[in-house]
Amino acid sequence: MSESAKVHHPGPPVKAEKTHGSDFSYVGIDAILEQMRRKAMKQGFEFNIMIVGQSGLGKSTLMNTLFKSKVSRKSVQPSPEERIPKTIEIKSVSHDVEEKGVRMKLTVIDTPGFGDQINNENCWQPIMKFINDQYEAYLQEEININRKKRIPDSRVHCCIYFIPPTGHCLRPLDVEFMRRLSKVVNIVPVIAKADTLTLEERDDFKQTIREELRANGIDVYPQKEFDEDAEDRIINDKIREMIPFAVVGSDQEYQVNGKRILGRKTKWGTIEVENIAHCEFAYLRDLLIRTHMQNIKDITGSIHYETYRVRRLNESNGHFTSLPAVEPKTNGLPAEQPAALQANGVAAQHGALSHEM
Amino acid sequence: MDLQKVAQKNLEGYVGFASLPNQVYRKSVKRGFEFTLMVVGESGLGKSTLINSLFLTDLYSAEYPGPSHRIKKTVQVEQSKVLVKEGGVQLLLTIVDTPGFGDAVDNSNCWQPIIDHIDSKFEDYLNSESRVNRRQMPDSRIHCCLYFIAPSGHGLKPLDIEFMKRLHEKVNVIPLIAKADTLTPEECQQFKKQIMREILEHKIKIYEFPETDDEEENRLVKKIKDKLPLAVVGSNTIIEVNSKRVRGRQYPWGVAEVENGDHCDFTILRDMLIRTHMQDLKDVTNNVHYENYRSRKLAAVTYNGVDNNRAKGQLCTKVDTVDGMSPLAQMEEERREHVSKMKKMEMEMEQVFEMKVKEKVQKLKDSEAELQRRHEQMKRNLEAQHKELEEKRRVFEEERANWEAHQRQEQQKLEASRTLEKNKKKGKIF
Repeated sequence: MSESAKVHHPGPPVKAEKTHGSDFSYVGIDAILEQMRRKAMKQGFEFNIMIVGQSGLGKSTLMNTLFKSKVSRKSVQPSPEERIPKTIEIKSVSHDVEEKGVRMKLTVIDTPGFGDQINNENCWQPIMKFINDQYEAYLQEEININRKKRIPDSRVHCCIYFIPPTGHCLRPLDVEFMRRLSKVVNIVPVIAKADTLTLEERDDFKQTIREELRANGIDVYPQKEFDEDAEDRIINDKIREMIPFAVVGSDQEYQVNGKRILGRKTKWGTIEVENIAHCEFAYLRDLLIRTHMQNIKDITGSIHYETYRVRRLNESNGHFTSLPAVEPKTNGLPAEQPAALQANGVAAQHGALSHEM
Repeated sequence: MDLQKVAQKNLEGYVGFASLPNQVYRKSVKRGFEFTLMVVGESGLGKSTLINSLFLTDLYSAEYPGPSHRIKKTVQVEQSKVLVKEGGVQLLLTIVDTPGFGDAVDNSNCWQPIIDHIDSKFEDYLNSESRVNRRQMPDSRIHCCLYFIAPSGHGLKPLDIEFMKRLHEKVNVIPLIAKADTLTPEECQQFKKQIMREILEHKIKIYEFPETDDEEENRLVKKIKDKLPLAVVGSNTIIEVNSKRVRGRQYPWGVAEVENGDHCDFTILRDMLIRTHMQDLKDVTNNVHYENYRSRKLAAVTYNGVDNNRAKGQLCTKVDTVDGMSPLAQMEEERREHVSKMKKMEMEMEQVFEMKVKEKVQKLKDSEAELQRRHEQMKRNLEAQHKELEEKRRVFEEERANWEAHQRQEQQKLEASRTLEKNKKKGKIF
């Protein structure tokens, strides 16, 4: 109630808030940030992250390390031995995590069986289908006549692709997969098990990978074309210089110099996961969680999803009163913006369309 | 042939045949040794580095970069030979590399080129063994195959299992865990156990170390067996650790030493491969794998009388030679076949020769007749011309005669007319 009162606060500069003393020109528009923050805290956030890579590259361990708790699929279904599944499966595990009053629904989507068979032709198809299915579900909700106030967002925001640390170059499978998927989802490539490589080898490998990505026209996150202004560009350029991140994951703690840190203990030394001299896990975590999470969700919502939507609606053309202007959605909270879509309930007319790219 | 009981006798003095091993040793040192080693594994697992570390040479160096730096479209089999000398003993080392293995998106049958290569080496040896002149028998058979397993920490991949199942009957397969500095000691233990379990489950026969009578050696062998598959790290860069120069890999958190038994099993591999079991590997290749190949090949040839050796790369078990004919009879049969073939060829050649001779004679005759004919014709031509000319001459003579006659007549006439005139003149006067 007090929120709405604040919103209708009138404009004349004379009626300044007493809390700011003798600041005559203060209107109070920036208080909207506080309101948004409170609302967001109440609603909570959603984040869907997909991890793709061959078996044995440390995907589940890295997830556990990223979110400092056991969020991978192995925590939910403990199996004594790892069996490589015959076909690719998509396993999605959701957790509700909370930190300092901020609630988040984190979904980790794992893809066991990717790239493990002898013949890996088309192993990316189940994954593409899954991503497009999520977009489809969201679209269906959106064009419903009576739709929910807050559409549950199950779209994949970010896909982390694990590159095996060969030290030479990208494999044909890696190139194929990233090429196809960079068009539908934000891809963040990482070098898995980076404790295999010495520092020079790591730099050489990264150089080679960057060149190959450029040569094949693969646009990984952060994409150059979506930089909004010069400031963004500077920050993102710095990140682009470091891609792909060489990460090491661990969920075991060891005592080093009197501190308890996450790491891997070998006979010749202990690798500290959060030490940037050892590996780039800290940069990845900052990118994904601390600085760019919202941006990732924005790009998913406003660009990848919109591309899908335009394509989809064009496929079943001629059934709408007007093709709406494409407006970007912010914060993944669509209820805030007025609906730009004038579509009627044509959900029944959407048959099964092909999802292939 | 009865097996007589061989009596053991103790010698009363020193005879001297205890120096036989020395003679063998001297002869083999003079001859030199050969060893062929094959390395198989996905690209980027450190195969070239390990080879360089094992033999302390730069087989793959900056000038001749190994196949690792480019991903191949198809699996290739590349051979490189190097001659190493140590303590007066020389070793001709052949390394067979398989770039492109397991790198493509679709890796079905990527083992086929490798199997073909191994079989072709066996075949070469079989052929050179069956030749009449056997003075030089170069042995290029693959004595050992090092298979590199990626250090995933979970278990074997389907590709690993398929490959080992197809090759364990053809060559000594020694599985290795590559880039073992990725794994902590606990992960390594678990991984090894998992791999051995899967190897047993799929009935893969990896190279087995032989049991000996010596207790000491047996203990060593048992220690090695406990550590299978060996987890290796390769490096040829020398780093200073505690004022000691060691080969290793430098990380920000420490140095992984290659020759430290605590860090990895490289020393065990090197000792096993070079210092203790090299000869055994060659023997097993010769006595088991090569014999398997040979009996299978020869049985296939004589069974149908037709060479049906198309069944390569399939999973077969050892064929018992007792089932087919004895090898000696087989050889006799072959020899007879060969001889009859030779005879037939000889006859054919004679026939051909005769035919050719006849043809040539015929041709000569023909040409002679031709010449004769032409000669006649020319003669006739000449005669005809001759006659013509004669005829012309006659005609010409006739004409001349006529003309002369004519002339005389004219002359006479003229004379006559003149005399007449004269007479007239005279007469007028009268």
